[in-house]
Amino acid sequence: MELFLIAQIAGRGVAIETGQVDSVVDIAQIVAVPRAEAAVRGLVALRSRVVTVIDTGTALGLDATPDGARRAVITRVDGHPYAILVDALEDVATFERQPLSSGLALDRGWASVGVGLVERDGEPLLIVDLAALVPQTVATAGASPQPLAA
Amino acid sequence: MDDLLQEFIAETRETLEALSGEIVAWEADPTDRARLDAIFRFVHTVKGSCGFLDLPRLARLSHAAEDVLAAVRDGKRVPDTALVNAVLAIVDRIGEIVEAIDSGAGLDDSSEDLLIAALAEDARPAALAHTANVPRASSRSVRLNVDLLDRMMSGMSEMVLARNELARRLRDEAVDPLVEAALERLSLTVAEMRDTVTRTRMQKIDALFSALPRMVRDTAGELGKQVALSIDGSDVELDREMIELMRDPLVHIIRNAVDHGIEAPADRKAAGKREAGRLIVSARQSGNQILIEIADDGRGIDVERLVIKARQQKLVPEADLAAMDETARLDLIFHPGLSSRDTVTAISGRGVGMDVVRANIEHIGGRIHLSNQPGRGLTIVIYVPLTLSIMSTIVVGVGDQRFAIARQSVDEILRVRGESVRIDTIGDAAVATVRGRRLPLVSLGRLLGIGTPDGEANRTLAIISTRDGEYALAIDDVIDTEELVVKPAAPSVMATGVYAGQTLPDSGLPMLLLDGSGIATIAGLRFTRIIASEDEEVAGDRVEAIPALLFEDLDGQRRALPLAAIDRVEPVSTDAIRLTAGQWRLAIGGALVPLHSAAPIGDRTEVPVLRLTDGTTEIAYAIDEPIEIVQLPAEIAPARGSGPIAGVVIIDGEQVELLDAHALFSAEWQPQARDRLCWLHVDGSGWMETFLRPMLEASGYRCVTQPPRDAPADVVLTMDADAITPGIARHVVRLRRDPIDPAGGASIYRYDRAALLEALACAVGGR
Repeated sequence: MELFLIAQIAGRGVAIETGQVDSVVDIAQIVAVPRAEAAVRGLVALRSRVVTVIDTGTALGLDATPDGARRAVITRVDGHPYAILVDALEDVATFERQPLSSGLALDRGWASVGVGLVERDGEPLLIVDLAALVPQTVATAGASPQPLAA
Repeated sequence: MDDLLQEFIAETRETLEALSGEIVAWEADPTDRARLDAIFRFVHTVKGSCGFLDLPRLARLSHAAEDVLAAVRDGKRVPDTALVNAVLAIVDRIGEIVEAIDSGAGLDDSSEDLLIAALAEDARPAALAHTANVPRASSRSVRLNVDLLDRMMSGMSEMVLARNELARRLRDEAVDPLVEAALERLSLTVAEMRDTVTRTRMQKIDALFSALPRMVRDTAGELGKQVALSIDGSDVELDREMIELMRDPLVHIIRNAVDHGIEAPADRKAAGKREAGRLIVSARQSGNQILIEIADDGRGIDVERLVIKARQQKLVPEADLAAMDETARLDLIFHPGLSSRDTVTAISGRGVGMDVVRANIEHIGGRIHLSNQPGRGLTIVIYVPLTLSIMSTIVVGVGDQRFAIARQSVDEILRVRGESVRIDTIGDAAVATVRGRRLPLVSLGRLLGIGTPDGEANRTLAIISTRDGEYALAIDDVIDTEELVVKPAAPSVMATGVYAGQTLPDSGLPMLLLDGSGIATIAGLRFTRIIASEDEEVAGDRVEAIPALLFEDLDGQRRALPLAAIDRVEPVSTDAIRLTAGQWRLAIGGALVPLHSAAPIGDRTEVPVLRLTDGTTEIAYAIDEPIEIVQLPAEIAPARGSGPIAGVVIIDGEQVELLDAHALFSAEWQPQARDRLCWLHVDGSGWMETFLRPMLEASGYRCVTQPPRDAPADVVLTMDADAITPGIARHVVRLRRDPIDPAGGASIYRYDRAALLEALACAVGGR
């Protein structure tokens, strides 16, 4: 049995491993990051840290999460804190982790973030890997030195 | 020098504490290579520092121990108990000597020959000298864990945010003025604290560079070489921890450069180079990194030789060696235990440096790169992350968003109006012509897709200089200047290529730091000289013109001052300006700067000041408002009358007074203190110390209250009728408490200031 946080993302109930959850907050004013990809909603101050806000709907390839969404799950990926916007938070409870049913065809972004299932009162909920929601970049920009002339 | 010694002591003490575990482990298992390396590094570092600090005893001990340990590393000696004991005795001894240096106590060196002799292969176990009990001197500085500073820093940021929140909430309601005053006080304290806490972590890289000239001179002298050292970028600020960690690597690299890189004068001459080798050490900030570059024009690294040595010492399997490309072969220099030189010298030893150097730099998340030109020199570049550095930034507004730009990448900020700036479109490209110079123009709003792209916005241009060239960045407004703690942003944010990091300013809203070079790249700017060449002729005419800042002075006059004299223009809080000790002074950055102004500042809360510097002295000049940068015409009408005005020039048909920088600085000049030694023969009432001493010291006398030991005082002041032993002071000036001169007394009433000073002047003048 593992502990999961049950949340609503893009209108669906999902389960999130509590090990991935740093905290659950209502975020303050978001500052946009021009030119960043659409899934990056912007930056927000969380106490003395700057946290990157992820528009979960866009990250999943669905409709963008509404502008008014304020509730977020804070997680840490590669040392950087992210706020994953959620529609609502429902519960924290222990569940038995089940593998994804065979033949289950998850569409769009769900396929890349779903890592298993839990069953709540007979209703199956997808276990979502928060790290998979964070846009991955292949090469990071920055001043990298030129290779030495041989 | 004292600072360096203190640091050496603290560092050695710390390493010794850390090493004690290693020592015990090595004692238990003398074949343990990792422990051996750790102890080896310790004695090597001590040896390095000693040569520089002139501590011959420590140098001798550490060199002896290093020799033996090197032999063990090379497999020439077996680390038996006797050897381990002898080495440990030396390590202990180093600790004792360091404590002795710190407390100023003497420590006899009779047993040191024995300690060194015990290292010999055939030595019989020596009876270890008893450990002297040297009392530890109380330290004047505290060494803090940087983690603690980090926690303090984040606590501080929380405090600032809490203060802001409180201020926001109070603003919405009618509050008691007393509460407001309390909040005001809190704000001031918080701001001050933040500044202090921030500074606890930051240090100018000068702290690292200041020791270099002496070190290079001494090292070169010992080797009979000539080295011309030039240092650049000493004022780049770096995290204190980084500076500490960079110290050893830098010392190693520079010693290596002088010892192995730069050739002896005769060899240089033969190679057609100047006899004096050149060594250039520079620091600069580039994006989110600090670059420290050490370039010499010596012989470079002999890569073939490295490969041969690696083969001989079987450091790398033969197959790997054959498969190596040039870069990998050059990287062999970082292999532990490899040196490209055969001879061992007291200066840089056995090439132990480079593996330690790389380990230290990588430990702080940095990188080291070599650029080797055999026969012509070696350039080593160390990249250190900027994380947690404080950056001086300019906050600009575009649309409703704010961004920070590193101040050092901004050459100039100007408003688009009047004759000095013109904006044209050539083909698709926008070009700004600033005082006859054409620069590519990038609209930040359009680049970022925010704000109104043209028209009323973009009223301000920031001239951004990058390594490749300069361009004008059109922004809406300059909002503020702020010192910010910049941290790297999330990868998906950095991937845009236009940001160098993120920060949390006092407003409590996150802000992005723009990357000047990144913006140029994204905007597709290609820097060629074509744009500038059209104006060459114009530029030729302007060679004589001196750029100057035109400003509105506090007395309503328009004045100008050559740009070269102005370090920067910044708004300061009038709270920082006070009339103290007969002069207006500005407290800024922990220092006092004399402040000049043409008229009283009035009751404003903030005033722009020109920070003027001539390289050594700094003064501030308060003004009403900066206007723009102008070119001074060649004709200057001379000034009549007094005041710091050099003359009058005509700018745009208007008469403008030219401020006389020379007069401002010459007003700061004060005659050197005469430094005459004055012994106050105190009587226990404290009058001399509290009343007399400050007055005398202000007049240039150095005061002591004890009879000077080494040389006689120039003059002694006494209130007693007692005779003063001749030989302690050359002259005696007697003071009396009674205004009325008793008959025949050659004394001065103690509050007769003029007579007292004259008597002193007479006395020391007769020296």
